[in-house]
Amino acid sequence: MYVRDTIAAVSTPPGNGGIGIVRVSGAQAAAIADTIFKPVNSGGLISHRFYFGAIRDPRTGETVDEAMAVLMRAPRSYTREDVLELHCHGGMLVLERVLALALACGVRLAEPGEFTRRAFLNGRIDLVQAEAVMDIIGARTEAALRLAQRQRAGALSQKISEARGFLLTALALVEAFIDFPEDDLGETDTASISCNVQKARGIIGALLAGFDGGRILREGISVLIIGKPNAGKSSLLNRLLNENRAIVTHIPGTTRDIIEESVNLGGLPVKLLDTAGIRHSDDMVELEGISRALEKIPQADLVLFVCDSSRPFEAEDRLILDALADSRVIVLLNKCDLPRLFDLPGVFDGMKQLKISASSGEGIEALKEAVRTTFLHETDLDSREFVAISRARHREALVTAETALERFSTGLATGLLLELLALDLRDALTAVGSVTGQTTSDDVLDVIFSSFCIGK
Amino acid sequence: MMTYEQQYDVIVVGAGHAGCEAALAAARLGCATLLLTINLDAVALMSCNPAIGGLAKGHLVKEIDALGGEMARNIDATGIQFRILNTRKGPAVRASRAQADKQLYRLRMKRVLEHQANLHLKQGEVTALYLEGDVLRGVDTRSGIRFLGRTVVLTTGTFMRGLIHIGMTNYPGGRAGDLPSIGLSEQLGRLGFEIGRLKTGTPARLDNRTIDFARLEAQHGDDPPVPFSFSTTRITMQQVPCHIAYTNPRTHEIIRAGLDRSPLYAGVIEGVGPRYCPSIEDKVVRFPDKERHQTFIEPEGLETVEVYPSGMSTSLPIDVQIAFYRSIEGLERVEIMRPAYAIEYDYVNPIQLHASLETKLIHNLYHAGQINGPSGYEEAAGQGIMAGINAALRVKGLEPLVLGRGEAYIGVMIDDLVTLGTREPYRMFTSRAEFRLLLREDNADLRLREKGHAIGLVPERDYAGFLRKREMIVAEQQRIATTRLSMEPAERELLGVLGLGEIQKGTTLEQLLRRPEVTYAELAMFDDVSRETPSEVWEQVEIQVKYHGYIERQLEQVERSGKLEVVRLPHDIDYASINGLTGEVREKLSRNRPDTLGQASRIPGITPAAISVLAIALKANAWKRHEG
Repeated sequence: MYVRDTIAAVSTPPGNGGIGIVRVSGAQAAAIADTIFKPVNSGGLISHRFYFGAIRDPRTGETVDEAMAVLMRAPRSYTREDVLELHCHGGMLVLERVLALALACGVRLAEPGEFTRRAFLNGRIDLVQAEAVMDIIGARTEAALRLAQRQRAGALSQKISEARGFLLTALALVEAFIDFPEDDLGETDTASISCNVQKARGIIGALLAGFDGGRILREGISVLIIGKPNAGKSSLLNRLLNENRAIVTHIPGTTRDIIEESVNLGGLPVKLLDTAGIRHSDDMVELEGISRALEKIPQADLVLFVCDSSRPFEAEDRLILDALADSRVIVLLNKCDLPRLFDLPGVFDGMKQLKISASSGEGIEALKEAVRTTFLHETDLDSREFVAISRARHREALVTAETALERFSTGLATGLLLELLALDLRDALTAVGSVTGQTTSDDVLDVIFSSFCIGK
Repeated sequence: MMTYEQQYDVIVVGAGHAGCEAALAAARLGCATLLLTINLDAVALMSCNPAIGGLAKGHLVKEIDALGGEMARNIDATGIQFRILNTRKGPAVRASRAQADKQLYRLRMKRVLEHQANLHLKQGEVTALYLEGDVLRGVDTRSGIRFLGRTVVLTTGTFMRGLIHIGMTNYPGGRAGDLPSIGLSEQLGRLGFEIGRLKTGTPARLDNRTIDFARLEAQHGDDPPVPFSFSTTRITMQQVPCHIAYTNPRTHEIIRAGLDRSPLYAGVIEGVGPRYCPSIEDKVVRFPDKERHQTFIEPEGLETVEVYPSGMSTSLPIDVQIAFYRSIEGLERVEIMRPAYAIEYDYVNPIQLHASLETKLIHNLYHAGQINGPSGYEEAAGQGIMAGINAALRVKGLEPLVLGRGEAYIGVMIDDLVTLGTREPYRMFTSRAEFRLLLREDNADLRLREKGHAIGLVPERDYAGFLRKREMIVAEQQRIATTRLSMEPAERELLGVLGLGEIQKGTTLEQLLRRPEVTYAELAMFDDVSRETPSEVWEQVEIQVKYHGYIERQLEQVERSGKLEVVRLPHDIDYASINGLTGEVREKLSRNRPDTLGQASRIPGITPAAISVLAIALKANAWKRHEG
């Protein structure tokens, strides 16, 4: 068995389940646990025991999720390496963030089927199983390949190829001055090198900005419905669900007191999070529901703040309003068919407001359109220019490229040696190449020979 | 056919730059070695430019030296101008280059071969390999002698079916003045080797008494000249300058007017030429806006009037040659002593080789030099020494020596060739090395001396010198990491002068050296010991400290890529039977038959997913065999 690096991935299927698992395998697994997981009862994790605790961003100390963690020491694990499993809340957004924390600790995103492959390579599963595994991986690989080819044919690859072209030109300019010092090429053309790199960075930056848009298309957005008791949240939920037959899943929260429903709003997959499922007679419990909803606010892409316009603005409304300061919000003045008692001019200034009646259906179409346009507008989903980097791998590659180019630009400005500048450019090209296919040294030479008269 | 009485361990065919290194390596490793050449007066002849080194090529020469080869010592003994190129672009892209006295270079190498124990040097044209069935037994020569050998190294250069072009005139030849090699490449083709055709060219040789050097710009070498070899202490040859001249619009007009009689443009030449060394007519046609092209007038030696105008190779007819050379300022009265010519020759597709340079088709047969595609003396020598070493290791029943891409330019070159093949003459460039920062000229000994010594090619005396140097480097690294500034008034003042007033007490010399504005030479101002450190030691310390972050990053990359390099692919692997590979991947793998998973991963079109599937298939197959 030869030494392998540590890998991580979301191991539960995409989509929203009650629980989602982020799995880490390799020598760094225990260290990752130490870094990002804080068990309620302090102390290290004993192998094969479940611990309840918080997943924290080590840089900010922010709690990303509450989770159960289990560390399985080698060889008693699926891969026969140290394996860490973090059982989180099921939302893809949460899982992505937890995964991102692990990746930030220096582990690598797993290839499709890589956990199984390691299990096999480490002798964890036998020959019969192995052959089945090979078929599975073959199938997965081919599926991935088809996906890659589709993307290759599409706009994404065009964009990345463009960026690669600029980087290739920049690198060729640098390399020409390194490899042909006696060829009368004149002075190093730093302006042209810099210009090409800036163009590439522009494209990469735009692609990275579009990443969230890509995620929205793939995983949908999460919309939190919030409001004081009896504001009409459950009627609204039912209204939104009843009129849409494309319900994907219906997973009642088991311990988390939040109901999640998936619905397709005009092509946009939407996950509705609602506290309306809690129907207790005890007011205290209902209030606890509100506080749980408040905790969900930072994870929601959009908050629908349901106000009962037939009742006055109350302390509970204020509580919610204060919690929404940093969120994308649509204020719904519900029960617009009833006499309006809700008047606090100025409170909702600058927020998008809609009058609706969840019970009659008035204003619901306008609401759907508002939800759709909030995202379609922001990410330009309809525009031909929009390019979805739908996969974390692409994002990882582009982030690596951008980091290398940042180093390059700083280096260029401070007069770093040409050779080291080339190193940064090459790292960027290699990263981009993991999306578009590798750049070979012959590609660089092709550009040099077509741009310069070489031949001493 | 007479069979010669002695049986050899290694027979090397061709005594150019590849053949000489191959034969010396094999003989020095104790193998009974025969070196055969068409012309004993042309051993190690520089058929084209009278120079060794340059970017990436200088690196190759130092690697050959570190392994125990001869090229570096030979140029040190016969070089008449030495220069270090690229001194301000970074530590790894500095490169040595030297002009050679062409005749002295050839004669010295011949003398070294003649005095080498275990080595026979003989004249003879090899017309065929001698095989019994598919077992290689030796070689047959035109003069009717059969030589028996356990291994054969082919270094045929431009000789196999060589065809010389001067204008529309062409005739068979291995080089101007030498016979071609006929018969061998036909046999190789019959044996299943893919034979291709390449082309290269060389400029005219001019009479320096007919050049007005006063009107040209002189270019002198470095003073003092810095040798190539880690074992050479001083260059003793007389040093001379080169001169720079330029073409002009009239030159280009003359060339354009002669294109209809260029075999290149008339379609007579079918071989593919090198893009990095185009003929002057190529430059004029491809870059019509360029108003002048530069040429270095390089001396061919101290005792001859012949000079070599670099970058002016051509296959134009002789009348056009005379006219265009004479249109160059300073060359108005120039006399051509030897005309420029192009030459076409056969090569064998190098993907038919293992990384040891042994052919995949014929056991114990090795190919090195231009037969594999590369042009250039240094590229040839780098392959030659590896082929010689590996033939000798075969004779001894040992595993071959294969250098990695993170270890040596030699490794990069051979891996490029055997993995990707080549369709044009291949030249080494530093940009071909993805781990360039690690592959420097200055650390070639640190990278390779150990390996050269382990196989027995590096003499004990050189090795002892190397060990001393390495110990001194480690000691000096430790010393500057633990020596702190005292911050006494004198020191404080010095820091102020250097603009380092903010430096804190307790700063180590290493921390000081890490600053971009501080060189090792400035450390000596603070510290008596630094003043005594030999340059080859402080150079290593300085590079290690200054580029630490970058070097570490590259080392990590080497380690990551190394995981695939150690996984060997069995020679009998049936790619068609592996589930999960696409048709394209199967076809490419079946054609290239890579030796390792790492090699497979570098074949264009082989995806990371395909490599995963292969890794699994390998494991499963090994298991099957084990159980069966």
